[in-house]
Amino acid sequence: MRFMVMHYQTQAMEDGVPPSPEEQEAIGAYMQEAAMSGVLLSGEGVASSAAGARVEVTDGNVRVIDGPFAEAKELIAGFGILEVRSLEEAVEHARKFALLVGAERVDVRRVVEFKDHE
Amino acid sequence: MADLDGHTATETGNLDAMVTAVWRVESPRIIARVVRLVGDIDTAEEVAQDTFVSAIEKWRRDGIPNNPAAWLHTTARFLAVDRIRRRDTQRHKYEQVAATTPQTTEVDLDHIVDGDLADDLLGLIFMSCHPILSPDARSALTLKLICGLNTADIARAFLTAEPTIAQRIGRAKRTLAAASIRFELPGATERPARLDAVREVIYLVFNEGYTATSGDRWIHNELCDEALRLGRMLAGLTPDDPETLGLLALIEIQASRLVARVGPDGEPVLLMDQDRSRWDQTLIRRGIMLIGRIEQLHGTAGPYALQAAIAACHARAIRAEDTDWPRIAALYDGLAQIMPSPIVELNRAVATGRAFGPRAGLDVVRPLLELPALREYHLLPAVVGDLSCSVGDHDEARRQFLRAAALTRNNQERSTMLERAARCATHS
Repeated sequence: MRFMVMHYQTQAMEDGVPPSPEEQEAIGAYMQEAAMSGVLLSGEGVASSAAGARVEVTDGNVRVIDGPFAEAKELIAGFGILEVRSLEEAVEHARKFALLVGAERVDVRRVVEFKDHE
Repeated sequence: MADLDGHTATETGNLDAMVTAVWRVESPRIIARVVRLVGDIDTAEEVAQDTFVSAIEKWRRDGIPNNPAAWLHTTARFLAVDRIRRRDTQRHKYEQVAATTPQTTEVDLDHIVDGDLADDLLGLIFMSCHPILSPDARSALTLKLICGLNTADIARAFLTAEPTIAQRIGRAKRTLAAASIRFELPGATERPARLDAVREVIYLVFNEGYTATSGDRWIHNELCDEALRLGRMLAGLTPDDPETLGLLALIEIQASRLVARVGPDGEPVLLMDQDRSRWDQTLIRRGIMLIGRIEQLHGTAGPYALQAAIAACHARAIRAEDTDWPRIAALYDGLAQIMPSPIVELNRAVATGRAFGPRAGLDVVRPLLELPALREYHLLPAVVGDLSCSVGDHDEARRQFLRAAALTRNNQERSTMLERAARCATHS
């Protein structure tokens, strides 16, 4: 089964502070870890919300709001798609990721697949 | 449970599920680390088990530590060192009794430098896929050590009795011990052959899952998932090896069709008849990306890379009629040269027929009718029947379809063949 593992922006990331050598090393360690476990199907990281926008629809009225947005902690910083046997296993990988890169919060969500509809 | 003393807050009832998951993630790494220290798999496995037994006791009492992996690795290392010390003391005693010159065999245990975990893991994979073992033994041992499955899981997946698998694993370990095969990373000259032995295991495990049937139906089998995981691990550990990437691309793309190849009533659906919107695009993208990487590495001519390229031709076709048959035929020509086999030849005949017309296909397939190896293989007359039908030779087509119907063990296929034979009869 597949899980989407998401982590969230920090204020520093939002402010466009480039990752320190330690942070880069931590990401490198995580990539090595992911390669060794054979569970990572894909993953992406995103830039500060200053480079993005938001589309809001209220009663059919569309409003496009340019970034940046307040509340860094509510903004996704990146995600990975893991293929594992159980929620518990996905959680263990999320734990490793969080400890290695120093993320404050990682959400683990089940990905809906074709076989779920069988 | 409250978050006390740096422990994860979690429900106690979840401990078993959590430990199972941690075993799966960490046990291969622990065994790989320990086997480098103690040398043999049996001891390494025992140390890993002892480590988890103490973990369960401690975690049940004190809660789960924030970093269970770190706790397990520290404990495993402690237990491993303890065992080596005891073993050395024992040996020292024997040596004194035997009055031989005492040898200093002791490792300086306080100064063990942990090597690269990736190397340890790769070394363990090479060990459990050692060519001295039969492919069956390699598969069972690999699923146990590298995938963290227990004997019962493996037996269920292989549709085999548990004692059979237990014996197979036991015998494999004894064979490795008898041949004094220790932890090692093969050198540059030996490496290609050793990687072949690993890939053979991964493909065997995949196919075991892919072809598992109950009656006329495919059954979902976790072996495909395990093979994918192993393939992804190996590709992660040897990212520049084109054939490993080729194998992974091949099984990713084959696995993308696992859902689509089963009809609403559980019946098998052939590739050309599948609902392609049900193909798993995540896996297809991964396969095609891997093929791109193989091209960068100039490794497109290997047997797995070629088979992956063929699978990708099907994956790229949005509708069955969009299939690039000339390209598939050319890839089969290449495959037939480096990996000649009657089955490759039969597939080449199908592709050639689709690409260049049924007569060209018949030219490839006819010599196969003489081969004893394919005499009982139902797909040969099915292919000859199909090509003969296309050139208008309905008598020959009918004979071949009837023969295919007589040879197949699958009821569904038998009725399809009989139906096609009957349709030929109306033409003659």
